[in-house]
Amino acid sequence: MIKKTTSLVRLLAAVASLAMLGAVTSALHAEDAPAAPAPTPIAFADAPLKAQTAYLQAALTNGDPTATNIAPTAIAGHTAWMMVASALVLLMTLPGLALFYGGLVRAKNMLSMLAMCLGITGMVAIIWWAVGYSLVFGANFASPFIGGTEFFFLKGIDSAPNTSYAYWIPQNVFCIFQLTFAIITPALIFGATAERLKFTALMAFVFGWMFLVYFPLAHMVWGSSGLMNGVWNADAKIPAIDFAGGTVVHMSSGWSALILCLLLGKRVEHSHAPHNLVMTFIGTALLWVGWYGFNAGSALAADGVAANAFLTTTIATAIAAFVWPFLEFILKGKPTVLGMCSGAVAGLVVVTPACGFVDSTGAAIIGVVAGAVPYFAVTVVKHIFKYDDTLDTFGIHGVGGTVGALITGVLVNPAVNSNLVSDAYAAKNGLKAAIESHSLIIAQAKAVGITIALAVVGTLILGLILKLILGLRPTVEAEHQGLDINDHGEEAYSAN
Amino acid sequence: MKKIEAIIKPFKLEEVKDALSELGIEGMTVTEVKGFGRQKGHTEIYRGSEYTVDFLPKIKLEIVVADVAVEGAVGAIVKTAKTGKIGDGKVFILPVESAIRIRTDETGDKAI
Repeated sequence: MIKKTTSLVRLLAAVASLAMLGAVTSALHAEDAPAAPAPTPIAFADAPLKAQTAYLQAALTNGDPTATNIAPTAIAGHTAWMMVASALVLLMTLPGLALFYGGLVRAKNMLSMLAMCLGITGMVAIIWWAVGYSLVFGANFASPFIGGTEFFFLKGIDSAPNTSYAYWIPQNVFCIFQLTFAIITPALIFGATAERLKFTALMAFVFGWMFLVYFPLAHMVWGSSGLMNGVWNADAKIPAIDFAGGTVVHMSSGWSALILCLLLGKRVEHSHAPHNLVMTFIGTALLWVGWYGFNAGSALAADGVAANAFLTTTIATAIAAFVWPFLEFILKGKPTVLGMCSGAVAGLVVVTPACGFVDSTGAAIIGVVAGAVPYFAVTVVKHIFKYDDTLDTFGIHGVGGTVGALITGVLVNPAVNSNLVSDAYAAKNGLKAAIESHSLIIAQAKAVGITIALAVVGTLILGLILKLILGLRPTVEAEHQGLDINDHGEEAYSAN
Repeated sequence: MKKIEAIIKPFKLEEVKDALSELGIEGMTVTEVKGFGRQKGHTEIYRGSEYTVDFLPKIKLEIVVADVAVEGAVGAIVKTAKTGKIGDGKVFILPVESAIRIRTDETGDKAI
């Protein structure tokens, strides 16, 4: 029965890839959609001196050059930073998360975590290139919920900026930067399901989840017409703010993780100690350093906002990395290395939505909260409700992301980011008013609610369908023997 | 000839090896093992979950010696591996039927 299902899966996968190949070939020959009419910008050399100097000032400071009527172009400093930032975020997945998770599982399942990160990287890159980037950052559906089709197969994307998102960086770099986010988000989920989810089910789940959850959510929060894009959409019905992905990345993955681990059930073998905390530590360090690209890179420029995010990320993370083991010391008697690593990651998670919108004092408060609340979620709440969230994805990313999104509404400080009170956007959609009346947390709560609903419902539907047609768990014998041998035919550590 | 199997605390390996070397016993096989007798384990905590670890790391030392050397070897092992605290380990003596040196095909006492 299981052998039959596996061959059927392989047949379906082969048919699906042939279909995609056919679609690519036909799309590349298809006619382009007609471009929207745009005012003809003048060349830099033909512009009056005043316009030229205003343009250069905007270029250096990541300002808006529209008034000069000179077309924006990619600027070296911002572009260089964004390429580095993209590489840093990829480093978070390969190998940061892979080692962080890998060290926490048993040796017989180490490779399954590496395969998860590598497999997701490849598959999501293909989907992103084909349709993903367009579905998030396109505009021709004119919808608050999804982008458009104009960028399918990255048609028309080159090093010219897409001024709906950034004036001074190439759109192709922006595309890759966002790809690295699209890669790490689903990868986070599988900490909760570690050691008992079949690799084929995992990959099929990610495929569906990107369409059902990630693309709509990312558009709603970061798309130019997004429902909850308070900073950059003047028509946003919910003027919420999320700088680097507290909702898009951490809440979506964390709450999906909870549902998936409940659908899966507990591991056959009872919980056990990590097989290699040294790897978990290395992963943690790579995550922290890489997260600078994740947070400060979300400014999409090398400017003052990025600099502030760089500072707040450091303060919050370092404090959380101290608070968690300090709590262990007080409550349990010994501060643990795993606690230090967990505290650091929790700090990074909670500061993610806030980093470009709060000051250093806000970051310090976030650090304390991040060290404490996820600590209790992981050590107390999990044991009360007894769900087998193997690597605490819900406890750290789900709970941490939710706390971060809400606390951003409380600690927001327009002094560090003038976009929060812009005349062009924030003044029109209620964001400026909400900040000035200290009621932004209401919009944040709405965004939190929508995110949870989308993640939970999407995961439930997808998980149940896959459970029915593919099966989620390996056999009991395979689970005992380990996923590395059964899913990949490999051993992480052989006696050779 | 006899096989001597000794389970000892890991940090005692160098001392035991040196003591046997002084008696002219140069060859041995060493394995890292886990075990317990009367020595209690310890508790580890990972993110709030407690795990009792009963198995303690030990070293298993195996040597094969001629009958006349047994008493001296056992005495050297026991003397150097002893700390006086629980968990020092044990020594077992087993009979060996024969032995062959692979390189030269020598048998019996010439092989050990």
